Amino acid sequence: MSLINSVPEMVVTTKVDEVLNWSRKSSVWYMLFGLACCAIEMMQTGGPRADLDRFGAVPRATPRQSDMMIIAGTLTLKMALRTKVLYDQMPDPKYVISMGSCANCGGLFQLAYSVCDGVDKVIPVDVYVPGCPPRPEALTEGLLKLQEKMMQERWLVKKTAAEEEVRAA
Amino acid sequence: MYFHFGNVLVLTLLALFLAAFHLALGSLLRPANPEAKKLTTYECGEPPTGSAWINFNIRFYLIALVFVIFDVEVAFMYPVTVVFRDWVLKGNGLFALAEILLFLGILAVGLVYVWAKRDLEWVKRVPQTETTEQMPKAA
Repeated sequence: MSLINSVPEMVVTTKVDEVLNWSRKSSVWYMLFGLACCAIEMMQTGGPRADLDRFGAVPRATPRQSDMMIIAGTLTLKMALRTKVLYDQMPDPKYVISMGSCANCGGLFQLAYSVCDGVDKVIPVDVYVPGCPPRPEALTEGLLKLQEKMMQERWLVKKTAAEEEVRAA
Repeated sequence: MYFHFGNVLVLTLLALFLAAFHLALGSLLRPANPEAKKLTTYECGEPPTGSAWINFNIRFYLIALVFVIFDVEVAFMYPVTVVFRDWVLKGNGLFALAEILLFLGILAVGLVYVWAKRDLEWVKRVPQTETTEQMPKAA
C-alpha cells in the first residue's frame, strides 16, 4: 500500500509534500558517469571549487542509489543503448541533466555516423545545460534549476487532470 | 537482578519498533514502480548474460596478488624519489635509503617466494614425484 498521489489537497498534505520535495531536492545523488570532455567539467563541478556537495548532490557509483543522471558528453549510438539500460535501472523518481551541446543535440558531431544527436532521443531530459563544454558554474545552475523543478512536484496530493496529461506526455 | 533484563527487554522492543516504524513509513511515502527493465542486473550498462554464479579461474587471483607486489612498490617509490634530495640535504639520506631498501627487500622476498612456488608460470606443471622421475632411468 502506498500513499503516493492518493490524498486530497489539504494544508497538511501540501506541507508534507513540501517537506518531501525539500528532502528529495537536498539529496540529489547523481550517477558517476561521464562520456566525453564535458565529464572533465563535471568532475570540476563535483570538486572543491564549484562544490556540488553543498547542494546535497554527491556522486554514486551505481544506478540503484542514484536520483539523477548527468549526460556529460557526446552520446554515441553504441553508448545510447547502455545509457537507456542505466536509466531504466535507476529507481523512481529519476531526473536527467543533459550537459553540453553534444548531449543536447549532437553538437559538433551531429552529422557523424556514430553519434546520437541528442540524448532526449533515448531518455526524457529535465534540464538542458548549453555550452561546449559548460563551465562548472553552468552545471551548478542546471542543478539549481532541477531543484526548482523538484520543488513543484506533488507526491501525496492527487494530481490534477492537467498535471496527469503533462506527465503522460 | 531481573530488573536489568527488563532494561534489555525495553531497549530490544524499542529497537524493533523503530525499525518497523521507519520501514512502514518509507513504504507509505515512496513510489514503487518495479518493472522488468529496472530489475535487471547492473553490469555497468551492459546487458547481463548468463548467471553470475560461475567459477573464475584461480590463476587470475594469483596474478592479481603478484600485481599488488609491483603496484605498491612503484606507488611508494615515487614519493620517496621526490623527497629524497631534501632528506639528503637534511642529513637523513642514509636513513631514507635504508628504509626503502628494506621495503624493497621484503617485496623481493615475496617475489622470490612466488617464483620458487612457480606461480609466475601460467601453465603449471604437476610436481613429479621421485618414483615417476626414476622410472625412465630404470627403463
